Amino acid sequence: MVEQAVDGIRIEGLRKRYGSGDTAVDALRHVDMQVAPGEVVGLIGPSGSGKSTLLKCLGAVIEPSGGRMTLGGQAIYADGWRIPDLRSLRRDRIGFVFQAPYLIPFLDVTDNVALLPMLAGLPNGEARRRARELLEALDVAHRASAMPAQLSGGEQQRVSIARALVNRPPVILADEPTAPLDSERALAVIRILNQMARQFDTAIIVVTHDEKIIPTFRRIYHIRDGRTEEEAGEGRGFE
Amino acid sequence: MISLAGRDILHAWGKFVFTGVGLGLLIGVTLTMAGVYRGMVDDARALLDNSGADLWVVQQNTLGPYAESSSIQDDVYRSLLGMPGVARAANVTYLTMQVRQGERDVRAMVVGVVPGGLGEPGQPPYLVAGRHLTRGHYEAVADLASGFRLGDRVQIRRNQYTVVGLTRRMVSSGGDPMIFIPLKDAQEAQFLKDNDAIVRQRRRTAENPAFDRPGVPGLLDAVIATQSVNPYVNAVLVQLQPGFDAEEIAEPIRRWQRLQVYTRGQMEAILVGKLIATSAKQIGMFLVILAIVSAAIVAFIIYTLTLGKIREIAVLKLIGTRNRTIAGMILQQALGLGLIGFVVGKISATIWAPFFPKYVLLVPGDAARGLLAVVVICILASLLAIRAALKVDPAEAIGG
Repeated sequence: MVEQAVDGIRIEGLRKRYGSGDTAVDALRHVDMQVAPGEVVGLIGPSGSGKSTLLKCLGAVIEPSGGRMTLGGQAIYADGWRIPDLRSLRRDRIGFVFQAPYLIPFLDVTDNVALLPMLAGLPNGEARRRARELLEALDVAHRASAMPAQLSGGEQQRVSIARALVNRPPVILADEPTAPLDSERALAVIRILNQMARQFDTAIIVVTHDEKIIPTFRRIYHIRDGRTEEEAGEGRGFE
Repeated sequence: MISLAGRDILHAWGKFVFTGVGLGLLIGVTLTMAGVYRGMVDDARALLDNSGADLWVVQQNTLGPYAESSSIQDDVYRSLLGMPGVARAANVTYLTMQVRQGERDVRAMVVGVVPGGLGEPGQPPYLVAGRHLTRGHYEAVADLASGFRLGDRVQIRRNQYTVVGLTRRMVSSGGDPMIFIPLKDAQEAQFLKDNDAIVRQRRRTAENPAFDRPGVPGLLDAVIATQSVNPYVNAVLVQLQPGFDAEEIAEPIRRWQRLQVYTRGQMEAILVGKLIATSAKQIGMFLVILAIVSAAIVAFIIYTLTLGKIREIAVLKLIGTRNRTIAGMILQQALGLGLIGFVVGKISATIWAPFFPKYVLLVPGDAARGLLAVVVICILASLLAIRAALKVDPAEAIGG
């Protein structure tokens, strides 16, 4: 099933080397990953194993040293960037969920979510309509006009998920999205990510250390010394 | 697209408003400094306009009577009146001194004019209260800025004068109020010595054998008499008949009377270009320093505000916000701060300008130039913050 996931995420032999010569460090030696649309996979590994580097490569914020990456059926990297405008790629085809929500403090909840489609050129009214739909789906529509500082941690994270989904990207990269949350809220966030992945046919990679949520993944990629190993997860709780 | 800068300003309005008020007070000081310079220039022009003269006849090789001392005989005006094209000519003396009234004294320019010469050049052109000088001695017409009132008794040197009239905007090029007194009194005030000095001078003269010649009785008395009067004035102000060119009349006076003559334009050039030039440079230096301080404040505030948003900027860049959108946000905030500052500064300057002891003239042109300078300063000041924002790595938004 995973081999047919041409519209999700496909990574083959991805490498990343920092520096050169004697001081060179191979952060990623050989990474293979595939995530199907509608699937949520976990990426776990000890500190310094290369998780963040992999996420930065996938997010097109640093350039890999070699290998291939395909997002949503489009090759974005094959021993060099295949897309000239990485900013538009990040805006339109990749959603980001961070450890802290990092909402824009001077925009209300609706505009935090609507900002991305506005940046993409959508009219304000249409962008806000799309944002409100997502806020309803994520059960935070009642806080639509609140400022980020007025929200609880869980609400902020749900708004950041709405922001990641608003441009309907084929891929979402979540960097420790449950780290600041208690067990109940952490599981709620993972439940939402699973729902959204299925609803919007989005491939989601969740980087985590969080022992509470690791059993929820059906598939897990372990990354050690810059290499990935796939294993089956328990997939508990979200059948 | 929503205005990120506007939303940020609304969100942190207190910070922006208080910073803007602080900046505004600085801009207010800057506008006031410009107003002080304009006031000096206007005072100089008012001095020339209110004198009613077309030509200033002064001692040869001097820039008198305002920029340098000048002394010419007080009968020169008669020969000037005989020249074609001259309508009126009047003697005038100027002396800047402390004028006492009871316990207080006022810095003033004492002007000696011919009493009863209403409409003559040098006379106050209009009064706001009282009457013009009519008696030959001990009357004064004072500018309102002196603080004197009708009926006040003021002391100039040893003599007491009664204020019989009040005028307005009659000031020296330095902004000191003018006090008009009869010409003879003014001549005496300029050269009057104290009694002891007069006694000593007479004794010295009497002891000089050259003035005590046998067979020449009365020589000593004649010499002493010439030493006791002052037949000099500082300038003769000349009004021309309609249709005559000032330079055409000035040239024969220079040639035949051996005197220096200045036209209105030349006198203005002397006042503005020489008399207040140093003050203008001083104010110019202040304006430059204030502009630099304003720029530093705006740069510091905007830079600090930007550094406080580094993580948000990293997120904005990561999610695909263009650099120009981020730069625009910072620039708009800097301009917003500048505009708040300018409005506060303009209002402040307008409120406090009348309380300055010297005339502060706020002209719309200076306000427009000030606004332009604020805009330029804000643009330059925001460059540092924009540079910092553009250097933010979007990867900073991702942990590790």
